[in-house]
Amino acid sequence: MRRKLTTFARIVRTGMVNFVRNLWLAIAAMAIMIVTLTIILFSVVVNATFSNTVAQITDKIDVSLYLKDSVSDGQAQNLVKQLQALPSVKQVTFLSKAQALTAYEQQNAGNQQLLQAITETDNPLPATVRIKPVDLNHIGQIRSYIAQPKIAQLQSDPASDSGDRRAAIDKITHATNILRRVGVVAVLVFAIISVLIIFNTIQMAIFNRRDELQIMRLLGASTWYIRGPFVVESVIYGVLSAVASILLINAMFITASSSLQATSFGLLDISYSQSFFESHYWMLLGSQLALGVFIGAASSVIATRRYLKFKMPRK
Amino acid sequence: MILLDRVTKTYNKNLGPALDRISLHVEPKEFVIVVGQSGAGKSTLLKLLTREERPTSGKIIVGGIDYDKLKDRDIPLLRRKIGVVFQDFKLLPNRTVFENVAFALEIVGVSTREIHNTVPKVLDIVNLKDKAGRMPQELSGGERQRVAIARAIVRQPKILIADEPTGNLDPKHAWDVIAVLEKINKYGTTVLLTTHNQDIVNKLKRRVVTIKHGTIASDRANAEYNAK
Repeated sequence: MRRKLTTFARIVRTGMVNFVRNLWLAIAAMAIMIVTLTIILFSVVVNATFSNTVAQITDKIDVSLYLKDSVSDGQAQNLVKQLQALPSVKQVTFLSKAQALTAYEQQNAGNQQLLQAITETDNPLPATVRIKPVDLNHIGQIRSYIAQPKIAQLQSDPASDSGDRRAAIDKITHATNILRRVGVVAVLVFAIISVLIIFNTIQMAIFNRRDELQIMRLLGASTWYIRGPFVVESVIYGVLSAVASILLINAMFITASSSLQATSFGLLDISYSQSFFESHYWMLLGSQLALGVFIGAASSVIATRRYLKFKMPRK
Repeated sequence: MILLDRVTKTYNKNLGPALDRISLHVEPKEFVIVVGQSGAGKSTLLKLLTREERPTSGKIIVGGIDYDKLKDRDIPLLRRKIGVVFQDFKLLPNRTVFENVAFALEIVGVSTREIHNTVPKVLDIVNLKDKAGRMPQELSGGERQRVAIARAIVRQPKILIADEPTGNLDPKHAWDVIAVLEKINKYGTTVLLTTHNQDIVNKLKRRVVTIKHGTIASDRANAEYNAK
């Protein structure tokens, strides 16, 4: 056990020494890794922001059904139950005449004239049933359901719905999907490039020290004793690059929040991006670290394979 | 200690075997000199023993380890039991004499304290105690070879294989190296030495195995060899 610890400590120390000795190669490898990780991180944040925008818009969509004053509470409750049973319905809220009035008063709290006009007469607002669809595509089904004569006869006014926003929402969803796809491709391309460059860096480091590796082999060093320092070295690339990419995005938000907050970016809700980034800070840092370490370790393990055969490759 | 039974090694079928059904038995604590011209198969024989090459056919048992049953990942363990000295020294150029010898212990996980305890003693055996802090390029060829020997014996192997250790040395330094090998043999290590140097063969009163065209041409005690 003690022997293993000593060996492990030696591997780590050698890896760190090699990192410092190969500093220029290391910087090249890390630069590309930072770009990769930053792009990945950036697309994660942008993706979350888009999803949030779409969710917010979708959440605002509902169908409102206005009931005649003659409809009894029992009938209304019955209707609510029927609607709730529909698979296309996510949620149904019932507002009685009085509740509708309170809601209206709250909505128009600033407008004294309107409020006065309402209280002077009898409550003119109908009882309302608000139906939230499971998603946009189900609005049509709900609409045709409530258009049935036995339900239509309960209604005072034609039902209103926000389905008209559908076209706009479709466009947003479409754009988001395209952006996501572009993001995935960019991430893949950069990940491959970064693996190749790290791979090459490690191979150069090995090539410079192939005699040493051969001697180690002949003296009976185990595979992991030889490979370990290279893996440690590239894991250091991964860790430093992950931290750098987080700091980079952080710096970007700091500049953005001072200069861009005022301007509207339409879909890109920067303040949401920032709050997402801040609330998931540790999780993002953790997954960046994991990814960086993985890319580094995987490429160095592959790069060292060729040189670890028991028969050394002929020069 | 070393047993070869009808061992054949063929690198290239068109060229015929480099070693052809060689059988050899070396007792513990023996000192065996292997002679033969370049290309006779000496290096192949040693590479088979250190498992740098596999035999095409035949059986090899060294220090109780049957090479047929040896897995690739256990090769490092085998090599730790055999000390090897090469003609071209194979020292690490950017490490001191002390560090080069310590290296052999580092890779097997010996504690730093033990290394500082053992290495000076071994350097003493090869008469290099006062050169521990030097770099290899500051040493003469003979001194470098003695560093290599120190590295090979620091783990106290049962067997020491020396592949033409005097090949690059002038006679005076060659004898320094041979003297060290004899000393190590006296302490109980089996030594297998290959050489071109007829002078060394004649003066050492040891068993001599001659390899010619991949077969053992003669195997006899030195007296008989000299009488020939």
